[in-house]
Amino acid sequence: MTEKRPVSVRELESVVIRFAGDSGDGMQLTGNQFTNTAAIVGNDISTLPDYPAEIRAPAGTLAGVSGFQVQLAETDIWTPGDAPDVLIAMNPAALKASLGDLGQGASIIVNTDAFTPANLAKAGYETNPLEDGSLNAFHVYEVPITSMNRAAVKDVKGLSPKEVDRSQNFFALGLVYWIYDRPLENTIRWIKKKFAKRPEVVEANIKALQAGYFFGDTTEAFQVRYRIKSASLPAGTYRKVSGNEAIAMGLVTAAKKANKPLFYGSYPITPASDILHALSPLRNFEVLTVQAEDEIAAMGATIGAAFGGALAVTGTSGPGIALKSEAMNLAVMLELPMVIIDVQRGGPSTGLPTKVEQADLLQVMFGRNGESPIAVVAPATPSECFDFAIEAFRLAIRAMTPVVLLSDGYLANSSEPWQIPDPDEIPPLHIEHPRTTNNEDHFLPYKRDPETLGRPWALPGTPGLEHRIGGLEKSPEYGNVSYAPRDHQQMVNERAAKVARLADVIPEQTVFGPESGKLLIVGWGSTYGAIHAAVSQARAKGQTVAHAHIRYLNPFPKNLGDILNRYEKVLVPELNMGQLSLLLRARYLREIIPLNKVQGQPFKVAEISTMIDRILAGDIS
Amino acid sequence: MTIAEPITLTRKDFQSDQTVRWCPGCGDYAILAQMQKTLPELGIPKERIVFISGIGCSSRFPYYMDTYGIHSIHGRAPTLATGLKVVNPELSVWVITGDGDGLSIGGNHLIHACRRNVDINIVLFNNRIYGLTKGQYSPTSPQGIRTKSSPMGSLETPLNPISVALAAEATFIARTVDVIQSHMGDMFRRAAAHKGVSFVEVFQNCVIFNDGAWEPYSNRKVRDDNNLYLEPGQPMIFGKKRDKGLVLGARGLEVVELGEKYDEKDLVVHDPTNVELAFLLSRLDYPMPLGVILEVQKRTYEDGLWGQVAQAKEQKGEGDLRTLYYNADTWTVG
Ligand code: SF4
Repeated sequence: MTEKRPVSVRELESVVIRFAGDSGDGMQLTGNQFTNTAAIVGNDISTLPDYPAEIRAPAGTLAGVSGFQVQLAETDIWTPGDAPDVLIAMNPAALKASLGDLGQGASIIVNTDAFTPANLAKAGYETNPLEDGSLNAFHVYEVPITSMNRAAVKDVKGLSPKEVDRSQNFFALGLVYWIYDRPLENTIRWIKKKFAKRPEVVEANIKALQAGYFFGDTTEAFQVRYRIKSASLPAGTYRKVSGNEAIAMGLVTAAKKANKPLFYGSYPITPASDILHALSPLRNFEVLTVQAEDEIAAMGATIGAAFGGALAVTGTSGPGIALKSEAMNLAVMLELPMVIIDVQRGGPSTGLPTKVEQADLLQVMFGRNGESPIAVVAPATPSECFDFAIEAFRLAIRAMTPVVLLSDGYLANSSEPWQIPDPDEIPPLHIEHPRTTNNEDHFLPYKRDPETLGRPWALPGTPGLEHRIGGLEKSPEYGNVSYAPRDHQQMVNERAAKVARLADVIPEQTVFGPESGKLLIVGWGSTYGAIHAAVSQARAKGQTVAHAHIRYLNPFPKNLGDILNRYEKVLVPELNMGQLSLLLRARYLREIIPLNKVQGQPFKVAEISTMIDRILAGDIS
Repeated sequence: MTIAEPITLTRKDFQSDQTVRWCPGCGDYAILAQMQKTLPELGIPKERIVFISGIGCSSRFPYYMDTYGIHSIHGRAPTLATGLKVVNPELSVWVITGDGDGLSIGGNHLIHACRRNVDINIVLFNNRIYGLTKGQYSPTSPQGIRTKSSPMGSLETPLNPISVALAAEATFIARTVDVIQSHMGDMFRRAAAHKGVSFVEVFQNCVIFNDGAWEPYSNRKVRDDNNLYLEPGQPMIFGKKRDKGLVLGARGLEVVELGEKYDEKDLVVHDPTNVELAFLLSRLDYPMPLGVILEVQKRTYEDGLWGQVAQAKEQKGEGDLRTLYYNADTWTVG
């Protein structure tokens, strides 16, 4: 190693970094490692993985670019950042795919070894951007990552040339660690554990990581290092959590708190499969995962499990909901409690499997034959996914009804720090199964609780409560098949009323910002971060803007209509073509200004800020 | 299943208060009656019995049984039964389905329930027609059948339910006929006794839309000449006079006359644990094999699943939420 040279360290409040490469380059892993380390040293983090639907899209092409964006900050952050300050581009396609997103004067670290004529052609570059001046607005650091990495690991025995190159992402990671003054230990520990069976891979990856770090230290190219101070998060113990992980932990918690096994019936589908993967190893929690033969079977098995008295859940994405709809309707008709998770992705049809969209709201609200009301909740952040997995069960059990939990591809895969709760402080879920009949000669399976309108959850195996339920319309209380006009009307009314009455037990809608005034922004689901950041910035500028984020979509909180009427204008940003807008207009007869985007990407803060400015300036009414 | 005390139930205990609404003369009545007669003999408390059906004439069955029951949706009964049995293996779970319900719209679920070997009993009422929707051909209707939806004759090759169950790796497969009451009762008993999935095909007569479809196997006058009543360990003899039998020839099972050339010793002896033999039997329609065609023992799905639960608890201890939450890199603030 050469002599230590003087480098200045500059303190930053926040930075947005994007790692981009081929889907085989390990960018998700690199990004995750960087995020873990940043979180452990105390930064607030928010991440956005963005990867192609194809498992191995053609190498070097735009279609095959896999990216991972992370924002680190010392202050509260709400999004992975609009525009990367730093891009690590492992090949020309990665550069091209990200260039349009970069912030002014951003830094780009490129792997020059990958800028071959063939790769440039695959990415659609006619001239080499490193030479044609098209990157003049950026600080470009040209690093021959591939060749330097090969040199660094050349002494490691037992690696194929392919495996040698596979370690180059660790070289890039080491370099970024140096630039941001982050320790290597955490990643070294992880490498040792992850590749424990292949000591030569452990050695190569660690060597690559260290070589990248030392390169930063010795090269003249990097004159400055940056440091982001620890965030001032509330005191407590934290871990990083993604929405899918949080849902899995929330479900297990609900089952523990109900003292019941957890049943999870699911068919593999992006982006929901990670919930199945997270739950399957938890057999010691009495988690019974069943990988069903199809979406319909997953739903059917979930209904059977609910009838049997388990906390029953199914998880899927939009196309799976379409298949499950008939069985979801049966669940509505049988009046059994269960949770249905929809991790939304871009549609229609197969759509954009790995990209975010919020376009299943109307599907879960109305996508069934007949009058079929279903309760719907939507967490706003990855850590809220934990709370709402439990909350969904609380509602389901109270009203004896299926509850849909709407997540999406962004919540599912992005991570944030999660203050780990004390499990003993999470209240138990009370469930009563009747042991004796509620009527002299016959048990009445549809005799409702006068307060909740829920019916008794009588379990097979209980003597004297034998009863039959089914998808045919039934007589009130008795539940026998009935097509009598009044019976049908009454049962339809009751099924609707018990869902509506959940409004009695859900929290009132809160507002961030002024209680009334010029503009209210109403959002739901994963758009929370972008809206919150935009509103915070607007308020800092002195604009009167408020934000209400709806977590309970059916029923709505009781005070929502009142809140909407306290503002002159209501803006509803959604990653769909106006689905919540439609519901709000219909329900509250309120003028709404929609802000809709369906590009497979979350909102940028700036997109919402611009809209705020325009509305307040009177450009849009 | 553990039984605390002997239970004495009667047929009446299993009759619900609902009026049975099948067409007069429908084969379903006989199946219902036989089920209500057989269940009390099983010694299972009735609160532990659950009937789950799909859609179709046969699927009204659970409403008439005074047990737990779900009348579900078309073709999906095996999926509900799977979820239920998994969470409560103590229950005796019966799936009632038909040829349309089980082999057309629900074909996928049927085969997967079989291969998983969930300990449920699937009874498929095969009447070779769609009854509830008023008489269209079904996946078991013979090719060429003229129905409302096939006025010039159906073009489709029928499925053989026994072959389907075999291909789907079911561990108990039997066939019986609605009007041969004691045989049917015996099949229900043996299906219930089998640990693992049981598949019972019942030839059922739809008097309205497909009357007489199973005449050769149900009519007292001719059936004993056409039916082969399988008994484990017994040679395959059939015929009213018990004068015919099956030998293993170059092309599989072949019918021979007993007497000069063949005697009982030459005949194939039924072995329900022999899958190859079961396949041969499933392809036969003269004589028509009735009885237990296959019975093999395999670990059930729910035993496997709960076995993993026990194993995981032993290895990792009872699930602890704190351990779960902390199973990641953590850091402390403040
Ligand atoms: S239509 Fe046929 S199968 Fe249906 S109830 Fe009538 S006779 Fe029975």
